[in-house]
Amino acid sequence: MIGIDWYLALSAILFTIGLIGVLIRRNAIVIFMCVELMLNAVNLSLLTFSAYHGDIAGQILVFFSLAVAAAEAVVGLAIIIAIFRNNLSVDITKVNLLRW
Amino acid sequence: MDIYAFVLLAVLAIASALGMILNKNTINSALLLVVNLVSIAGIYLLLQAQFLALIQILVYAGAIMVLFLFVIMLLNVDEEESLMDGFRAKYLLAFLLGVIIFGQILYSLGGVTDMLPEISPKMLTVGTVEAVGDVLYTDYLFAFELTAILLTAAVVGALMVAQYKAKNSEGTE
Repeated sequence: MIGIDWYLALSAILFTIGLIGVLIRRNAIVIFMCVELMLNAVNLSLLTFSAYHGDIAGQILVFFSLAVAAAEAVVGLAIIIAIFRNNLSVDITKVNLLRW
Repeated sequence: MDIYAFVLLAVLAIASALGMILNKNTINSALLLVVNLVSIAGIYLLLQAQFLALIQILVYAGAIMVLFLFVIMLLNVDEEESLMDGFRAKYLLAFLLGVIIFGQILYSLGGVTDMLPEISPKMLTVGTVEAVGDVLYTDYLFAFELTAILLTAAVVGALMVAQYKAKNSEGTE
């Protein structure tokens, strides 16, 4: 049987990779996919705790988190399309209308 | 047996995640994310969460990633020059920040690692579709209905945002 810390370590590694991806990429779509990756890493640790406590509440929380992630993906991609319409690019360094 | 499956899926997940953030082609990134999501679904199965593993593949690897691929192909961002080159100091800073946060998570994990429980034998009956549905439609019914409203609002909002220009030109005439 695998210990709980291995699952949590995997979740931490995936979260960190997603975080570094958000910081180094300039393509808005890839940044968005990295955010999805971070969401998934957190879902994984929620499910791990749920499994090791034998409590179903964690799974319900992950279910709702999936639904919210789906809604977030739809709205985020719509915003990316709107940005592309205005700038003809998804490079986030060119989106500087509100930059001080 | 469990350990081999876990190591295989974990290596697959980490490798595809690294490939995703380092790949210059956006479509390849999206497809690598699909690999990553499917291997995480396999890990869900190891954790006895059959229902969520299925939902993960259907909703994430199916619906959301198809949406991503559609947007990538619609916007044709493939033909742009590499979106990753820039000054190197930024990468170093990002990498350092990532290492710091990873260290923090591992440190807080290390403090509790020997007092965590073993995987519960109750999970064999808890993770099935029947058990999840049983709780979802009784205790969490209100939140479930709210999710339906949220999804409707997201679809309507996305339509409004994405159709901005078409609506505008119609209004001026």
